[in-house]
Amino acid sequence: MNPVGEGEMERKNPYLPYPVRIDKITVETDDRSLKSFRLVFLKEEDEKAFRYTPGQFAELSLAGKGEIPIGIASSPTEKGHLLFTVNKAGVVTTALHEMSEGDVIGVRGPLGKGFPLDKFEGKNVVFIGGGFAFTTLRSTIQYMLHPENRARFGQITVIYGARRPGLLLYKETLKEWQERDDISTHFTVDAGEEGWTGLVGFVPAVTEQVAPSSKDAYAIVCGPPIMIKFTMPVLTKLGFTPEQIIMSLENRMKCGIGICGKCNTGPKYVCKDGPVFTLAELNQIPAEY
Amino acid sequence: MDAKMLPKADVSGFLGELRGKGYEIWGPVEVDGAVDTMPLDGTASPVTEYWNSRVSPKAMVFPQSERMFVFSVDRSRPDAFILKEVEEPCIGRLAFAIRPCDARAFGILDKVFLVQGAWQDPYYARKRESMVVMALGCNSPCTTCFCHWTGGGPFSREGVDIMMTDLGEGFLLEPVTDKGRELLQGIDLPGASPSNLEEAKGLQDAATAAMGEPLDPSHIRKRPLLEMFGDSYWERAHEACIKCGTCTYLCPTCSCFDIQDEVRGPCGVRGRNWDTCMFPLTTLHASGHNPRPTGKERFRQRFMHKLRYFLDDFGTIMCVGCGRCVQFCPVNIDIREIIRELRG
Repeated sequence: MNPVGEGEMERKNPYLPYPVRIDKITVETDDRSLKSFRLVFLKEEDEKAFRYTPGQFAELSLAGKGEIPIGIASSPTEKGHLLFTVNKAGVVTTALHEMSEGDVIGVRGPLGKGFPLDKFEGKNVVFIGGGFAFTTLRSTIQYMLHPENRARFGQITVIYGARRPGLLLYKETLKEWQERDDISTHFTVDAGEEGWTGLVGFVPAVTEQVAPSSKDAYAIVCGPPIMIKFTMPVLTKLGFTPEQIIMSLENRMKCGIGICGKCNTGPKYVCKDGPVFTLAELNQIPAEY
Repeated sequence: MDAKMLPKADVSGFLGELRGKGYEIWGPVEVDGAVDTMPLDGTASPVTEYWNSRVSPKAMVFPQSERMFVFSVDRSRPDAFILKEVEEPCIGRLAFAIRPCDARAFGILDKVFLVQGAWQDPYYARKRESMVVMALGCNSPCTTCFCHWTGGGPFSREGVDIMMTDLGEGFLLEPVTDKGRELLQGIDLPGASPSNLEEAKGLQDAATAAMGEPLDPSHIRKRPLLEMFGDSYWERAHEACIKCGTCTYLCPTCSCFDIQDEVRGPCGVRGRNWDTCMFPLTTLHASGHNPRPTGKERFRQRFMHKLRYFLDDFGTIMCVGCGRCVQFCPVNIDIREIIRELRG
């Protein structure tokens, strides 16, 4: 959602969602706690207006239930739809999980600041993800792998883990990446099971084994707090500085545009100043997230 | 000179005339033995001898509950579940005889709703743009008042369109802005005499002097942010607080809100309500995690936001020194003591 100048305010209400239709629902995990919703705009002009970059989020709006801020999992290069992967956790997400293909909901956004793709140009990028915090990483990787973009970036390394194979998201997409030679993938599970041919081990340990170079590189780390806690020392040992480590925060949110006062962590609002921050930025402010 | 005199006996006639020009008038009225700032219908007359209203006038531009959208949940309708904007009649609101601290508070709310965010808030902007503020200066400030610490004063003209001074028999009306001047020009009132102006000047100077020496809260900025946040002071300071939210409810600058949907039958409304950092639900994640899990973090948030984060962003604290939170806190927490403490 791009702020407009004075005068245009009369016509634009930043709280008004675009109506969208649920085009396809995919159950992502074998425990059925995560579903991906492919959304199609009802109006063509709304789709044109919704210009986003990987790492941004949107408010999914269910009339009668409320809104939830969810990272955009599709890439801007994937035209014609938006993809959101939602964990069933509260009132709105539970209602969303009960909806069917063809139902109408709303999308408000794009909101926040995405990953600094301009800084990634000419650099190697290491993605470290855990559990269901892989949505905007999928968006970013898909964007960087697109034929129009791939040459602008250096090596792409992906380390992605889940507790069990059945809890990994986007299995088809992961398979496509594995078949390419311009991306290095390391998929791991905490506990292996029959049929699993990938790695076994926690994400921090796998990161240590893969040992991506910190030279001319950025590391994007998204996952549960425990994974982040043990991954940070590994990255530090590999020579990554706080400026080279990028994270994406979550907080309870309502307006999504820096006004309602819910999502602040110290002086920063996760919605408008983030959700993407470098570790160097986070080191400067109170950690209330 | 454009100043005019409004005899006290003519107040209701004056307000009637403004009402005739289309203004919706808000002012201090007596409610259950207390004074609150509320819309004045034709019958209620404003109270002008009071320290300050219990409820601030912020609801004029930021109502406690406000409809944002309406929708239908009737699946047979083609527009089911599609939000529509609420048509609001364009009403000019006039604040009559509010206090100068509260007039200044609108300037702080402007920063939140019109400047701070990535967008301007259209609901706020619509009401604010057409608003006129007539502030009644404080001849005798209250002991809980500390407007002068925050850059204001008992006759501060910041955010005021017409300044009112109580001269006993009547009010001196001094236009401060063009908006105020235009409004006064269109109304038949006697012009103020030089002696009226002189008398007012004396009252204004005396009230300002009565406030005593101010303490400048901007010194708070000198301490490193993280040091202040991590100060063990918060452990002690929050203990008395029962996190009732009275302070945020009465505060003229507290402006956090929640957005909620309500459905009755086939009709739905999405609206917003005042929220408070004092309640755990404000920041509770769906996962059960809460970044401000105990009273200490919530108490700290209120004061760090007002006295530090806002100061860093806008060069002014998010407080106008109205003293409501001091006066009505059930456990006597005094923001002035916290300011002193944080200044180090």
